[in-house]
Amino acid sequence: MKLSFSPEDEQFRQEVAGWLQQNLTGEFEKLRYRGGPGDEHMFPEERKVWERKLAEGGWTCVGWAKEYGGRGCSIEQQVIFFEEYARVGAPGRVGHIGEGLAGPTIIAFGTQEQKEKYLPGIVAGTQLWCQGYSEPSAGSDLANVKTKARFDEARGKWVINGQKVWTSLAHESEYCFVIARTEPGSVAHKGLGFFLIEMDQPGIEVRPIEQITGTSEFNEVFFDEAVCDAGDIVGAPGDGWKVAMGLLGFERGVSTLGQQMQFQNELDEIVRLAKSNGAAQDPVIRQRIAGAHAELKIMRYNSMRILSGQSGSDGALQKEALIYKLFWSTWHRSLGELAMDVLGPECEILEDGPYELSRLQSMYLFVRADTIYGGTNQIQRNIIAERGLGMPREPKGAAK
Amino acid sequence: MEFAFTQEQDMIRETAAAFLAEVSDSAAIRRAMVTDTGYDPQLWSRICTEMYWQAIHVPEACGGMGLGYVELVATMEQMGRSLLCSPFFATVCLAVNALRVAGNEAQQSHWLGQICEGSVTATLAFNGGSRHADAEAITATWQRDGDSYVLNGDYRYVIDGHSADLLIVAARAEGTSGAEGISLFLLPAHTVGVTRVWLPTMDQTRKQATVQMSGVTLAQDALMGAPGQGWESLAKIIDLATIALAAEQVGGCQQLLDMTVAYTSERVQFNRTIASYQAVKHKAADMMLQTEVARSAIYYAACVAQEALEGGPLAGELSEAASVAKSYCSDAYFSIAGDSLQLFGGVGFTWEYDVHLYFKRAKSSEQLLGNGALHRERLANALLD
Repeated sequence: MKLSFSPEDEQFRQEVAGWLQQNLTGEFEKLRYRGGPGDEHMFPEERKVWERKLAEGGWTCVGWAKEYGGRGCSIEQQVIFFEEYARVGAPGRVGHIGEGLAGPTIIAFGTQEQKEKYLPGIVAGTQLWCQGYSEPSAGSDLANVKTKARFDEARGKWVINGQKVWTSLAHESEYCFVIARTEPGSVAHKGLGFFLIEMDQPGIEVRPIEQITGTSEFNEVFFDEAVCDAGDIVGAPGDGWKVAMGLLGFERGVSTLGQQMQFQNELDEIVRLAKSNGAAQDPVIRQRIAGAHAELKIMRYNSMRILSGQSGSDGALQKEALIYKLFWSTWHRSLGELAMDVLGPECEILEDGPYELSRLQSMYLFVRADTIYGGTNQIQRNIIAERGLGMPREPKGAAK
Repeated sequence: MEFAFTQEQDMIRETAAAFLAEVSDSAAIRRAMVTDTGYDPQLWSRICTEMYWQAIHVPEACGGMGLGYVELVATMEQMGRSLLCSPFFATVCLAVNALRVAGNEAQQSHWLGQICEGSVTATLAFNGGSRHADAEAITATWQRDGDSYVLNGDYRYVIDGHSADLLIVAARAEGTSGAEGISLFLLPAHTVGVTRVWLPTMDQTRKQATVQMSGVTLAQDALMGAPGQGWESLAKIIDLATIALAAEQVGGCQQLLDMTVAYTSERVQFNRTIASYQAVKHKAADMMLQTEVARSAIYYAACVAQEALEGGPLAGELSEAASVAKSYCSDAYFSIAGDSLQLFGGVGFTWEYDVHLYFKRAKSSEQLLGNGALHRERLANALLD
């Protein structure tokens, strides 16, 4: 085991930090610590400009291979990039779904034509993506999608009908990747297709969802005879589930270290607050802050284990990776509660009317989503028990 | 950055696991735990000759294997898993660390040599009966008498204190408090004036004793380090031992998890295995989460401990790493042990099944060298004060 970074990597760290110091200034200064999860509605236009600024500096898609326009960074360098990015509070990335999900899927499963058509816009920060997975009847049971895709021979286009929900950044995005049923009458994970769909067309309507925070970053997306070209399906019709699940494998947790830096920023604010308002004298608060601190430290070590380890030959996640979502989401939810308890009665008082939340208030409310999206804590426990411990799979309900 | 076991470290871990599965099964544990010494001397002798674990992180110059703390932690994890009854923790994790941190060349060469030969077991005594494993816990005193040192006072919770051949003890100069005036001494256990009494314990797999010093007179060469300057060394020794103890706790977590999954996968109620119920699966998932998180904590702490002993940029993190690991692992082990007992149902409550052995070890390990709350307060102290 070795935990230090090489001198070359430390030099890379200087390079990243230097670039951010020079460029996260002026008009971008106000974006610091903004636009992350729970705060996506803030400064979307300015953050789009920032995304292009990053691209000009060569700091988008740092983990992609150079042949696809990426920077070709090693895992260590990616870790460093995300850490330094979060350390200075650089804004939430509007391009993260394209860079982290759509792009890697197209690289792995897409055609040459798809790569040429879609990757450059992601690298340049000019084309944003959203993810069309969940539906009103396909939440935890993701394979239960009802959205339909049929191929119109006459027009040579796929025609999409249905509804997606919880689509973050849909109102800001140029494209959406969508799983939809290509085989009428098919059920579960069979008969699905994976489509790349342009958002700006008459057949698509985006309606924002007003959230617990009073703000909207999630949307409903309605497809009413929406279309995409014959060449905009990734993989063959019927392979959609395989493509969608393959995508999960691309997230090996590099960006989680950046997310943890954001958690650290939040915890630092709570510590400052506790010291200034006297909560730091309360033995129960002391225990909770120390516990949060200890677990955040371990979260980092756990991510380092994930990044250093080898997946099983069957592609199965390592155990420390299987538990990660349940661990961080539960930890973050507790941090929100801790923040309010440190604030005491002051936690009720808003920044401004009618409903302007402070950063910690917004965090406290938004973290309730963490244990729900991307696999609820209950689904995570099923997955851990079944894949990590080999316990019996959940029985399927009878089809209606 | 390579935060994973090397092939060699993997091999050490697997060899330990295979050996312990053979020599420390349920019957062996139960035989050893009711003996006076608390371990099987023949097995300890085998460990000392075949496995050479007593020498694992002793430098080669002193006759040891010269391996690092990661290897020690990997081995401790397996010992915790098989609930090995042995003087390893006291001899290696307490005394060898004490000799490495505070011993002079002559003390190291003599006593580390003896320990490596397997002819001597040892332990560390410092706590006069406090719930805190800190400087205030030291109540025994030392004073100079010409060229000699005279020790008086009591120690409690001394691991293997009744059976160890060599004692390393901390005492304070009369009238001092806190970190001041503390010295470390090294003495054979049968020195005149030393009284040792075995304490019956709820966890029978780890033996504790009281050690009383009544006018114990020691020569100059018994002193470790400069007189009165011992706390810094002792704090480091305790942190190193705490990390090893946390590793042992992780091994216990893993074994309980495996036992629970195996048992619930066989036990049938309402015509299905109880492992198929979500109430059981979700509890097991939480146990796996705690086990893996605890493991991440001790592997990092092991790297820190290695640098604290051999030098490196992480050396300054020792105290924090020890508290992070011990607070999480203590709570995880006890929580998992309680859940395991619950999922075993009625048989988990019996003497016959092994769950109670782990349940009891979990509590004794939790309280030893500071429980979760004490270590969190230590972290809070650094963060908030």
